[in-house]
Amino acid sequence: MWINSTSARSMWIEALTLQLGYNATLVAIGAALLGIAAGATGTFLFLRKRALVSDAISHATLPGVGIAFLIMASLGGDGRHLAGLLLGAAVSSALGVAFMLWLTRRTRLYEDAAIGAVLSVFFGFGVVLLTVIQTVSIGRPAGLSDFLLGMTAGMLYRDAVLIATAGLLAIAAVWALRRPMTLVAFDSGFASASGIRVRYVDLAITGLVLAVTIIGLKIVGLILIVALLIIPPVAARFWSDRVDHVLLISSAIGGAAGYLGAALSAVAPALPTGPIIVLVAFALFVISLLFSPVRGVFSVWLRHRRQQRRIHLRQGLLAIAQDVPIYEHFTIALLLRAGFVRGDGVPTEEGRRQADQACRDEDRWAVARRMHAHESVVSRFDGLRPLESLLTVDEIAEIDRQLTERTECKEVAS
Amino acid sequence: MLGLPFFKGVRAETLPSDLGDHPLVVRGLTVSYGEKPVVFSLDMTVQDGSMTAIIGPNGAGKSTLLKAVLGIVPRLSGVVAVYGRSLQASRRRVAYVPQRASVDWDFPTRVLDVVLMGLARDLGLLRPVRDRHRQRALDCLDRVGMRDFADRQIGQLSGGQQQRVFLARALAQDADLYLLDEPFAGVDAATERAIIRVLKGLNADGRTVVAVHHDLSTVGDYFDHVLMINVRRVAEGPVATAFTEANLQTTYGGRLETGHVDQLNVGKIHVD
Repeated sequence: MWINSTSARSMWIEALTLQLGYNATLVAIGAALLGIAAGATGTFLFLRKRALVSDAISHATLPGVGIAFLIMASLGGDGRHLAGLLLGAAVSSALGVAFMLWLTRRTRLYEDAAIGAVLSVFFGFGVVLLTVIQTVSIGRPAGLSDFLLGMTAGMLYRDAVLIATAGLLAIAAVWALRRPMTLVAFDSGFASASGIRVRYVDLAITGLVLAVTIIGLKIVGLILIVALLIIPPVAARFWSDRVDHVLLISSAIGGAAGYLGAALSAVAPALPTGPIIVLVAFALFVISLLFSPVRGVFSVWLRHRRQQRRIHLRQGLLAIAQDVPIYEHFTIALLLRAGFVRGDGVPTEEGRRQADQACRDEDRWAVARRMHAHESVVSRFDGLRPLESLLTVDEIAEIDRQLTERTECKEVAS
Repeated sequence: MLGLPFFKGVRAETLPSDLGDHPLVVRGLTVSYGEKPVVFSLDMTVQDGSMTAIIGPNGAGKSTLLKAVLGIVPRLSGVVAVYGRSLQASRRRVAYVPQRASVDWDFPTRVLDVVLMGLARDLGLLRPVRDRHRQRALDCLDRVGMRDFADRQIGQLSGGQQQRVFLARALAQDADLYLLDEPFAGVDAATERAIIRVLKGLNADGRTVVAVHHDLSTVGDYFDHVLMINVRRVAEGPVATAFTEANLQTTYGGRLETGHVDQLNVGKIHVD
């Protein structure tokens, strides 16, 4: 399959630009739309803190697939008509969700326990059904178990159109409902008090997840669709602190995962599409987790390190100004490197100057803290930023007027 | 029209006609989680233009009372009338400030967006957020002294600032009746002053304020009416007459030390 690197690369490019044949193109477009729909829908599931609901929804589809097959086969049909199988999946999944909601509302069971109950019972029943179907060989059951992990090889044009249409509808619905869904996810009590039907909005979220799960059965399969619903929003959360942006980024990550995964598996047909899509999504998650400049692990660590250095330096300068000993080697090393102290620990001219400046800034902050007008600035106080960088010249002058002759900062030492 | 199923309608339930048109009238309200009633057959009448404190010990059903009035938790029995009509019909005249701890402050949203949530019904599903909406939200932030924080992520706020943002969101609702659940819980002194200034301003403007309150020592300074409950109603009326040592003892039972009551100067507090 990988003949040499040149042809592999050209195949890769062909796959990405949709030149790898009819089926591969269908699958890539379908998978991309599915990914966008899953990323968008999953965002609100994640923000509502009900991610596990998708697990119950997806596992509850299996018995429906079996029953729909039996009905269609007994009516003399093919038994593998995709729309029919998906309809069966939707019905049994909806039953599973209804059962789960009933359990949480009418009994004192917590949602996670209800999810576990529904998930295992429905999935177990589905596996039994499929096994029976295969044993007694009614109709032509080959391919039914593909719904577990997805199978794109034999995707038909009408299958792709079905998936794409439903995906677009789901995306449009999420967009239209994003406001009530955001409000309910953030503060359901306030949402209810301001006249939003929280139950309907929750039902809409659940219904959209169900829809995405159903259309994802063919491509990703019921076991892995959960990953496509949850990984994109979790990854997107690392990039932004705003719901609208998280929604867009999550959709983009889902879409990219679907598209790249489908293209990858077109280049290497031996690899199953669904799991590849999920692995690509996971790779995007890892990149977000590590490298996002907003909440990524590295940038948080870097910010922490930088802040630690600045704090040590500031404390060192204040110690110089107050003429008290410095105990920490790290602080001394930083002062030394900045040229504020000499090797023997005696402050340099520049060090003295900087120390006085730090001291004056400290005093100004103390005054600013007492002045109510500067509350928003003071709340940003990190003990490091020079006040000049946050206030106007006039405001600084006003603060300086309130500074007493004997500055408080230096008083500490005496 | 599109948003209809997601917004509660104004279909009025039929109410007894003799409830008057007080901002809030509650008759025989019972709420129960499981077997035990949290609020039992409670009557309450909020006077127009009053500042009413709801006080009572932990677990007395203060928050639940507010939630049941607002339809957030279902009521087992009872009638609630807001300005003489059903809650659905009067919903636009009511603003609500939930407990600060009831939400996840790491939610990806900014201060201004939280205040804009107060305009949820005006904005509906698809109407774009326009400058006048933003301006209104900024004005509300200004009134609680938080205008400069509009672009902050809510997770960066202190507890007192969070509380003020919640108050600003309720101001954006521009209501006649304000229901607040423990607005002074766990906030700094500056915030407490800012909040009471805003509430007194609303009150001077003719609005009615009802707040679940836990600090007995400030009841007389902040409020003119008081409702004392412990699952059942113990007392209701002007602070000067209802906020008495006897009523406090009944409400709090053994949980209130006698010395504590003395410190409160109950009944002697001058209400301005």
